[in-house]
Amino acid sequence: MSDALPGLLRVRNLRKSYRSGDGRLEVLRGVDFDLARGEFVSVVGQSGSGKSTLLHLMGLLDGADSGEIALDGVRVDGLSTARRDRLRNTCVGMVFQSYHLLPELDAIENVLAPLMVRHGVLEWLRVGGSARTRARLLLDRFGLGGRLHHKPRQLSGGEMQRVAIARALVTQPRVLLADEPTGNLDEATGADILDTLCELNRADGLSIVLVTHDAAVARRADRIVRLAAGRVEEACHVASRMAG
Amino acid sequence: MYKLLLCWRYLRTRWIALASVVSVTLGVATMIVVNAVMAGFSYEMQTRIHGILSDLVFESHSLSGFQDPQWHMDEIRRAAGDDIAGMTSTVAVPAMLNFQVRGQWVTRQIMFIGIDEATHAQVSDFGRYLQHPANRTQLSFDLRDGGYDTVDSQQTESTLPTRPALEGAGWPHRRMRVERERLWREKLEADRRAGEAAAAPTRSVDKQVDAVLAATAADGPADTGPAAADAAATSAPKPADPFRQARPEEGTRMDPAREQFTGIVPGIGLASFRDASGIDRFLVLPGDDVKVTFPTAGTPPKAVSDTFTVVDFYESKMSEYDSNFVFVPIAALQRMRGMIDPQSGLASVNSIQIKLREGADLDRVRDTLRKVFPADMYAVATWRDKQGPLLAAVDMEMSVLNILLFLIIAVAGFGILAIFFMIVVEKTRDIGILKSLGAGASGIAGIFLGYGLFLGLVGAGAGLALGLGIAWNINGIRVGVEWFTGQRVFDPSIYYFYKIPSIVHPLTVAWIIVGAVGIAVASSVLPALRAARLHPVEALRHE
Repeated sequence: MSDALPGLLRVRNLRKSYRSGDGRLEVLRGVDFDLARGEFVSVVGQSGSGKSTLLHLMGLLDGADSGEIALDGVRVDGLSTARRDRLRNTCVGMVFQSYHLLPELDAIENVLAPLMVRHGVLEWLRVGGSARTRARLLLDRFGLGGRLHHKPRQLSGGEMQRVAIARALVTQPRVLLADEPTGNLDEATGADILDTLCELNRADGLSIVLVTHDAAVARRADRIVRLAAGRVEEACHVASRMAG
Repeated sequence: MYKLLLCWRYLRTRWIALASVVSVTLGVATMIVVNAVMAGFSYEMQTRIHGILSDLVFESHSLSGFQDPQWHMDEIRRAAGDDIAGMTSTVAVPAMLNFQVRGQWVTRQIMFIGIDEATHAQVSDFGRYLQHPANRTQLSFDLRDGGYDTVDSQQTESTLPTRPALEGAGWPHRRMRVERERLWREKLEADRRAGEAAAAPTRSVDKQVDAVLAATAADGPADTGPAAADAAATSAPKPADPFRQARPEEGTRMDPAREQFTGIVPGIGLASFRDASGIDRFLVLPGDDVKVTFPTAGTPPKAVSDTFTVVDFYESKMSEYDSNFVFVPIAALQRMRGMIDPQSGLASVNSIQIKLREGADLDRVRDTLRKVFPADMYAVATWRDKQGPLLAAVDMEMSVLNILLFLIIAVAGFGILAIFFMIVVEKTRDIGILKSLGAGASGIAGIFLGYGLFLGLVGAGAGLALGLGIAWNINGIRVGVEWFTGQRVFDPSIYYFYKIPSIVHPLTVAWIIVGAVGIAVASSVLPALRAARLHPVEALRHE
């Protein structure tokens, strides 16, 4: 069944519940979701609809109770923690609402962090130079060429988010998962970030899943998936974007 | 790679963690200093204890000793010849030392030890502790013509003369004393004559009496000077007497200004004391005569006394020895105690001092000799055995101190534990970020373990520098503290060292460092595990 579809990411009947007090809080109650290669999908829904949880499960940050997740046709649910860590490092890039940069590291070091996680000290001596070049190119591309050695607290929100996007992309992931990337930004800066994401999707063919509660933001995607009470409510294509 | 980078960054940005390391630093520094000083004290004490004892002491249980020491030495050499570097025989008996200070007789209980001046230097460091430089090269029981050290020769730092009294000691002192006594007697005589002349008209009978009195006065009453006692003997030649021959001076009138009695070397503690200003005051000086009462070799022993001339002092700085032992030529003591067999002419001794070759196993040689010689006749003991309880007490003191000080570092470990938990809580979100980037549990734990290791190394390194700095300059620091507080921190007159000894053993230091770093790492294990177990999603939500 699964290999019949050409999707990059395939989620079937995904369930997830959290313990809350005496009972269990069911967050996802059988979610089906597909992402084609090169597709830009928005996931929208109210707070508590489970959209962030879906993103975390797809990003292999957490394990589902049941259901399956396949990446490039390969089942990734039920993998060992170490394998999941490895996959997360190589295949998935994540961007968060509150940037989640490491405060002790400057911009370029933050971008390099996933590569440092991947390589040991001795390997780093070998690959560090090329990784550094790649990180600098990415930051240049996002207009941060002059701020390579600034610490996160010296950067604005938009700059921090662009550093976070660069960090997510430096590993050349197959999919970028963005959780409310514009949530903490003003409208203009948020629009900039969205432009950046669209540009990456169009020019580089990057597959993106964007979680948001903002309908205007969601409309920038190819497709919108609406979650409500832990289920997919509806999915619709955004025609206008094709013209843009 | 990120572990190293983050450890380094955390080390540079979390100063609070460095605060916890201060206690590691202080603990390490204290341990290094205490161990250095204790090792120094222990070393000084061992050299002192060992100083005038030989490696092995072979003795008889009886005071009369055993005959023919040469045969015994040959037997010892046959049993353990490979390990033996030198031997000498000694006679040791309990005795009383009597000397006169300002007209009062002072009596001290002593151990009177007859030594062979030619060979004794081969078995112990005794020679090094003498006060006359020539005696230090080769001991002689003949009084020296001055030249005694007024500066403690074992003291290297200060050259302050702490013994000005030894300036004129030796023959000059002896001649001066004899002269003073003569003048004093003449004055008494003159006073008496003047008094008599004024009191009564001179009669011929009085003149005769005066003449007799004058003759005896010249010899002096027995207690005006020890020399006078022997000088009182008549000048008439005596018939040949084998016992008399033992004292060639006897029978002739002795001139104390040019002759001496048998020389002895008492410990410096027997005849001197140190006053508050650190100057040694002497009750007896080289050149003075003293009397020693000791038991003869017969059964039951009888007490005999004889007069001796002090020729030098020794100072081993071990007060138990310095206020107890008096050394005398062995031949003289054997003769006076009647230890020489009149028929065979063989002398008895009651102990043989043995020096072993460098690196020989003390206890093994002792056990070999114990097997060869019956235990009911001979006792064989090492110098350590002789001072066993003292050495054991010092060792015990050192281990207890080490345990206590190590507890200080353990307390520092708990400080690290607490602060690390705080840091883990503070860094929860960062840990979540790293996990979202694909860092594994072991990697996260590695950051905190590595951080603990770094802190331990920094703390121990600083402690090492501080500790070695103090240990190597402890005397300068002592002077500074004394100047600052006006209190005497270290009183040389109590310890008989002039400076605080300090020996740094690299192995001990290495153990301290390893222990401290180990504790730092061990106390970061729990926080590291906690960090590793954090759930990435929850960690990311943490604000």
